Parts: sequence; C-alpha cells; structure tokens
Amino acid sequence: MTNIQKNCPIVQLTDKDCTQRAPDIPGAVSANNISNDKKTYIIEIDHVSKWFGDKQVLDDVSLFVKKGEFVTILGPSGCGKTTLLRLIAGFNQVSEGIIRMDGQDITQIPPHKRPMNTVFQRYALFPHLNVYENIAFGLKLKKVDEEEIDKQVRSVLKLVGLTDYEERNVDSLSGGQQQRVAIARAIVNKPQVLLLDEPLAALDLKMRKDMQLELKQMHKDLGITFIYVTHDQEEALTLSDTIVVMNKGKVQQIGKPTDIYNEPINPFVADFIGDSNILNGIMKEDRKVQFMYHEFDCVDEGFKKDEHVDVVIRPEDIYIMQRNQSAMLNGVVSTCIFKGVHYEMVVITDNGYELIIQDYNAFEAGEEVSLIIKPSDIHVMHKERYTNTLVGTMEDENHVTILDETFECLPQEGLESGDEVNVEIKFDNIELMDDIEDGYAAGIVSFILYKGNHYHLTVTTDSGEDIYVNTNDVWDDGDMVGIKINPEHLKISKRV
Amino acid sequence: MKKILANAYLYLLLVILYAPIAIIVIFSFTNSKTIGDWKGFSLDLYASLLTGGAQHASAISTALLNTIIIALIAASLSTILGSVAAVGIFNIKNRKVRQAIQFTNNIPMINPDIITGISLFLLFVSLGISGGFVTVILAHIAFCTPYVVLSVMPRLNRMNPNIYEAALDLGATPFQAFRKVIIPEIKPGMISGFILAFTLSIDDFAVTLFTKGSNGLETLSTYIYADARKGGLTPELRCLASIIFLTVLILLIVINRRSRKNETKTTY
Repeated sequence: MTNIQKNCPIVQLTDKDCTQRAPDIPGAVSANNISNDKKTYIIEIDHVSKWFGDKQVLDDVSLFVKKGEFVTILGPSGCGKTTLLRLIAGFNQVSEGIIRMDGQDITQIPPHKRPMNTVFQRYALFPHLNVYENIAFGLKLKKVDEEEIDKQVRSVLKLVGLTDYEERNVDSLSGGQQQRVAIARAIVNKPQVLLLDEPLAALDLKMRKDMQLELKQMHKDLGITFIYVTHDQEEALTLSDTIVVMNKGKVQQIGKPTDIYNEPINPFVADFIGDSNILNGIMKEDRKVQFMYHEFDCVDEGFKKDEHVDVVIRPEDIYIMQRNQSAMLNGVVSTCIFKGVHYEMVVITDNGYELIIQDYNAFEAGEEVSLIIKPSDIHVMHKERYTNTLVGTMEDENHVTILDETFECLPQEGLESGDEVNVEIKFDNIELMDDIEDGYAAGIVSFILYKGNHYHLTVTTDSGEDIYVNTNDVWDDGDMVGIKINPEHLKISKRV
Repeated sequence: MKKILANAYLYLLLVILYAPIAIIVIFSFTNSKTIGDWKGFSLDLYASLLTGGAQHASAISTALLNTIIIALIAASLSTILGSVAAVGIFNIKNRKVRQAIQFTNNIPMINPDIITGISLFLLFVSLGISGGFVTVILAHIAFCTPYVVLSVMPRLNRMNPNIYEAALDLGATPFQAFRKVIIPEIKPGMISGFILAFTLSIDDFAVTLFTKGSNGLETLSTYIYADARKGGLTPELRCLASIIFLTVLILLIVINRRSRKNETKTTY
C-alpha cells in the first residue's frame, strides 16, 4: 500500500474513463456526459433498493459499469455487496429500481437468460461431474457441437493452468484448483460480464496473491467486464480499475483505487481502506486547517470558514525523526512493531494525541521524536454530522420519547404533549453504560472510529436508529450498551 | 469370565430373537403338514409353491404377484412425490414454516399403522371409493412418502446451495437445472428411499387389511392372515416366508451399505 501512495500523484476524482456515480447521489461526481456515454455502459444499476422482509439490505444504489472494466464492490460483511451481485446475476429480484445491460432493461430477465456468468464463493462445482463435464456444462446446454466443446474446454483448461485434469473428480482437487475450474466453467461461455463473489476468500494467503495476479492477467487477456465482490481492501486496491465502497446497504464512494485511498470521502472509507489517523479539525481558511491544537497548511479549499472537518493522515505520510526544535509536533514513541518492510509505531504527542506512523526507520519505545506532516498529505473531509438529531414526541412538559424510550428533559415551554419535536444531543453528552438496565435505551456498538484522543462510536439502538457518541472508554464492536442522557443535554425544538 | 457372560447373554438374546424365523426356515425344508414334525429333508414344498401344484398355491402366487406390483407402484410413485416434496420443503425460506412442515411429515411415521389404516378406510368410504387395488396403492403411497422425504432431505442439506444457481447461471432453465444438477445430487437418497418404501409396502398388513375392500384382493400378508385363521398354515407358506425373509434381509444389507458409503464419501 505504501507503494501505491508514494508512487501515484493525487488524481482528481472526476475522470471520464472511470465508472461514475449517478448524478443525484450526494457527493457524486458530476456526470454531465452520462447520456452521451450511455452506449459504453455495459451494466447500469439505477436507483436499486432491496428488502428481505422488512430488512433493507440495499438503499438506493446506483452504479454504472463500463465495458471491459474491472469493478470491485468492497465493504464489510453484511454491507449488501453480495446481494448487489446476486441482483445483477438475477438470483434475486430487485425491490425497486432498474438494472440495464447494454441499455436493455434486464430487471425481469431470469438468470439463465442473462449473458453473464458467476464464480461463486464456495466454487459450487457440480460434484457428480468431472472437471471436463463441469466446464462443458454451459456449452452443452447451448447445443454447441462436441468437437467445438472439446476444443474450447481444452483451451480454457490451458488458460487456468489445469491441462490434463479433464478426467479428475472435482472433490479430489485442492481449493485453488477447484477455484480455477469454477473460473474456467464461467469464462468458457464467453460471457460479456463475469461476476465474482469473493472467489479467493477460501484460499490461503500465498495462493490468494498468486490468483490475484492471474485474475488480473485474465481480465487483460479476455477483455470482458469483471464485477468482483470482496471485503479485502488490499485485494480491491490491487485488482481494480474502479472500487465501489459500500457500507450498510449504501454506496459510500466510487473511484479509482488511488482516489479512494488518497481522497476518501468520509471517515468510514478512510478507516476501511488502509490504516489511517482520523482527527477532528477546524478549517480556518482555504489551505489552513487546525487540528491537534496546531494550525497546518494543507491543499484543500472550498470549505466554510471555521467549518468542523475530519482530517485523514495516512500512517506512512507522517515523517518521524529525532527530536529537533524546528518540527511541528513533538511526541514519545509508545510502541514499535516490525511489519516486514516497515516499522509501525504509535506515538503519543505532547498534546495528548495518539498517532500511528509507518516508517522504514525504527524508533524504539520511549524515544523522544519530532513529527512533520506535509501539506499535500493532509486530507480534509466534510463532516457527515456535527450532532445527533433525532425526531421525538413530547410526553409531558419534562418527558420526551426518542429512540422508542422515554427520556427526562428540562421543562419545555410552549410544547404540549403529543407534539413532534427535533431533539439534538451532542456527541460528548451521551453516556454509555455497561449494564443495559442502567440506561434509558439500549443499543449495540456498530462502528468504532479512533480520533487520536477519543473514540467516535456509532451505536445502533433497539429502535433501529443510529446515534453517535464520543467517549474515552474502550468499547468493542458488538458490545451491548445502555444509553444515558442527562436532562439538560436534550436540546428540544418544535418540528416544523 | 465377565466377558464370557456378556457374550453368552448377547447370543442368547439373538437366539431368542431369531428362533421363530429359524424354525420356519428349517421346517420349510421338509414335507410335513405341521411344524415340529420333521419328516426328513425335502424341497417338495418349494417345488409345489413354485409350480402351483398344491391346492392353495395359485392363490399364494396371486397374492405374491399383487404384493410385488403394489410395492413397485407405491414405491415408485412415493419416491417421485417424496423427492419433489423434499426439494420443496428445502426451498422454504422461512425457518419456522419449514420446521413445522418437516414435523408434519414425521407424524405419519410415528402414527400406529392401525390408525392410518382406519383413517384411510374412513376417508375412502366417505369419498365413496370402493376398496381395491387403487385404494391399497394410494394408502401405501400415503405412508411411504414421508420415509422418502426423510431419506432425501439429508442429501439436500449437504448440497452446496449455490449449485442450483450455478446451473441457472450457465444457461440451464429451472427444469434443466433440477434434472441435471439436483436429481444427480439427491439420487442416492432417492434410491434408499425407494428401497425403504418397497420393503415397507411388502411388509404392511394393517393398512392393507383396511383398504383392500371386499372384492377378494389379497396381498401376502392378508392372505397368510386369512389362511391362518381358517385353521393352520398352508405348509407352502413356510417356504414363502423364508424367501421373503431372505429378500428383505438382502434389501436391508443393501440400504445399510449404501448409507455407510454415503457417509464416508461426504466426510471430508
């Protein structure tokens, strides 16, 4: 990853050759020439949503894939990426929206009539057929003549490096070989689009690296469009022309690997793709941002004066040296671990921030060091929110219902019971309790972001709403917590 | 000492268990009217059973033929019905509904035969269908199908759920995918289910008795029962019992070996 960062200049997000977001998604690249380019999109996913029962797994997803592109859909487990792939393949039906291929609406077309093939996560080879019969399955259905089938099967077997494996039973093959058969079985049909659902997830690291290179080469040789699903960010960065980062059923960011890495759009993307230091900051003016009680020069413009922002600095972008007077920041190394190519150090700055730093030189724990951050290595992001804003109902003059529970608040004048209200609560003003019984509402910690000197948690409450909490306490993903808010911290206003 | 006692106990138990059958088999090889009267080794009873020489022999062979025809038809139809039902149950997404249906499927198996027989009898009477060949087959299908479902289900559960989709993905229609991918996968379960249904059908007495009607249709079990009630068993029936015992024993060994082979094949 270090290489990607250091060798590539920062690329602007707008790039015509690259997959583009639908124009009306917030933060989207302006895709002004979508109508002109329509012919070159092989797959168009147009405002697609999907519910399983009353659980929404995809929320208004739009994605445009160009012919011949290698697109990776990346996200943590449960983010909806596999569902999206299954919708494209036709195994599940969309709840809302349209999927088009070559401009034709294929939303209602059953999977066996779609000119695309899938490589499944668990291979899904037919156990009662041998390698040859597995690969020939699709061609036989198309009534291709025997001689032609034979020729093509042998040629794909050669392509995936399994010559002479024709008669082997698929159960007798190793995981890597089974995966190759699965790929061969798909590409022998010459699909226009190849869908791959975490195809390398079950392989060991060494095998995975080899297969990544082979897949990349295959994509180049075959010239067909690949849509690849993975939760492995490194795999995504290595393979893709375009990465689609998803979380909780929503597209977070679409861009080239370098864009996603260098210009993450929000803390989730920054945290998910590679290691990062994410800090709270204030934009003082164009090209000046304050964080860690220090004003830094940066290259970002177009923010409001004194706007609260998130600042991302990649660990390899902080220069670490022996203590000297001219440096911006001073600190003490707390841990130092050798990672193979580089050392990973945690440095506690004099003003109390914890930073991850990667460098080729080691500084031992306890050593006093100085740090320098270059303006171009500071990435400033708009904050997604500054406070919790919830919709509630007044119970009586000093009780309000939010998150499906009743909270005590200060006496409210001019509000009557039954009034719909907006309730604002600052991140710092929510207390999380070990014992669910101690809180007024209960929830589960669903996302943790370390902000250098405190944690920013996303807590999904029992009512299904997310609240955001700043805390110094250490919580784990999935912890059950009680939520307590003191009456004076509920800022209530009437809903208009 | 302890071990000898334990073994002796085991063998005693086996002797007691198999003594009645052994006696029938032994006395099938002698030409005497009653069991216990050994008149020297002879295959006369077998000969008269097979040639139809004895006075009852033609009735016996008709009953035997009926039994086999009913068993074949009932086993075939319940294999088809049960396999399709198993696939259907397997594809129910809602876990609670699926478990409820599987539970319902198990009830006929623990239900006493006599209850199944009476209820089917009442059903046919209330529908105005007179008893005969058709009702017996329908009744046999009714109690065999759950066993087929039960023997096909484990194969489906062990199957990679993606292979059906993989077949669709490669251009197979849902029917082609079922025929070329699902059927080969569940075939061992279907064959075990068929053999099981076949033996159950041959074996059945209570249900057949209630559904065979009064047109003179007899299967082996009902014929033997009727014959025994008329006073003493026809001697040839000893031979028949021996043959049936041997056949069922062979089928049982086949089922056991099949299921053992399946287990070793899938434990990887």
